Amino acid sequence: MSDPSRQRVAFTVNGERREAWVFPHDSLLDVLRDDLGHHEVRYGCGEGVCGTCTVLLDGEPVSGCLLLAVQADGCSLTTVRGLAPDGDLHPLQACFLRNGAAQCGFCTPGMLLTAWALLRREPRPSRERIRRELTGNLCRCTGYSKILDAVEEHAAQAVERTGGHA
Amino acid sequence: MVAAPFRYQRVTSFEEAARALRERGEDAKVIAGGQSLVPMLNLRVARPEWLIDINPVGAGPIEDRGGYLRLPALTRHRAVEEAEVVRRRCPILADAAARVGNVRTRTRGTIGGSLAHADPAGELPCVAVALGAEVTVQGPDGARDVAVDDLLVSYLTTTLAPDEVVAEVRVPTLGPRSGWSFLEMTRRSSDWMVVGVAAVVELDAGGTVAAASVVIGGVAERPWTVPAEVLVDLLGAAPEAAPLARVAERAAAMLHPDDDVHASGAYRRRLAAVLGRRALAEAAARAGGDGRPVR
Repeated sequence: MSDPSRQRVAFTVNGERREAWVFPHDSLLDVLRDDLGHHEVRYGCGEGVCGTCTVLLDGEPVSGCLLLAVQADGCSLTTVRGLAPDGDLHPLQACFLRNGAAQCGFCTPGMLLTAWALLRREPRPSRERIRRELTGNLCRCTGYSKILDAVEEHAAQAVERTGGHA
Repeated sequence: MVAAPFRYQRVTSFEEAARALRERGEDAKVIAGGQSLVPMLNLRVARPEWLIDINPVGAGPIEDRGGYLRLPALTRHRAVEEAEVVRRRCPILADAAARVGNVRTRTRGTIGGSLAHADPAGELPCVAVALGAEVTVQGPDGARDVAVDDLLVSYLTTTLAPDEVVAEVRVPTLGPRSGWSFLEMTRRSSDWMVVGVAAVVELDAGGTVAAASVVIGGVAERPWTVPAEVLVDLLGAAPEAAPLARVAERAAAMLHPDDDVHASGAYRRRLAAVLGRRALAEAAARAGGDGRPVR
């Protein structure tokens, strides 16, 4: 049997510098949840299929279960808490709330982060584009249409904000 | 599911990776994007003693070298999908990269990793064979060039030596009278393909078929190339629907796909015929100027 020793990793989570001593085989998901108390990052499938453990790695969505914690050393991580650092809802969260886009809520952090990363790249995506981007985030309550409605509403607000000239 | 313990080494060059592989022996695995390997670790289907992380090597830009694109092995699917040079010069590659897994898979997964992993239901191995792509593999004593067609052997099996790593991928670009199509059937849009077809059709100035290449994925232990003796029926003739369909039917009849949990072998053979016909027709239409932009 190998004799792995722990390594120190340092990264920022929602802008705050965090450190942890991790084994090489520890997933980022396990370290965020178990060591650093980020329970908003959730275990779903462990295979990168369901999207409940989505975090943003330097702004782009990744599966926390498929990234080794040691690989996140020096990176900037965002969890859903990072969308509302002061406790006020992010406009996208407000759209989710207004549209009833959460039932049990288990998939919601991953949905929000994936949608947020998309909206930052493309402020006015089509419904089809939103659907395609969110295809890797599973909602077992099957509340997909309201989730699409919520993201679409945010995109429509982007149109209003820019007077249709994004 | 949690991965069993392993030891971990970061490397900053492919040469260092190859030396590490030689030193660590058969119990070492290279990790690139990790989108196929880490699920295998989590499921404990793979239990390497050592993981050699090549991510610190990094990826330079995708380069247009005239007749081909040069992609560093660690180029992420998302970069392939979005690169203007790929969409313009080799749109079938951008289209296939956009269909790999989900957005998280594409953020992290790499073209070199996808080819080295050799999943017979992978999009990129299928398209790479259809285009005649080549890789440079780095070993501890030097590098060598290998056609992707000669790299892929069987399920998750390649001709890479245990101490070799894919360092670079070269993909031929499509010429002005070339059309392409990549069609796949997936159970859900982020799944592996059940069957996929990559087709490239080149027309001559008179509008008749000068060359064709068709590769079918998901129907055998590796991407299956439609033999030249089947495609020859298309050459020198206008790409009309009936002969294209006949060629697809003949190709599909040569297949003996296995049954599995996703589809029966008979259904896969049927998909090969239908998607083959559609892919040939779409590629021929695009070659004739009826081009539709990559989505």
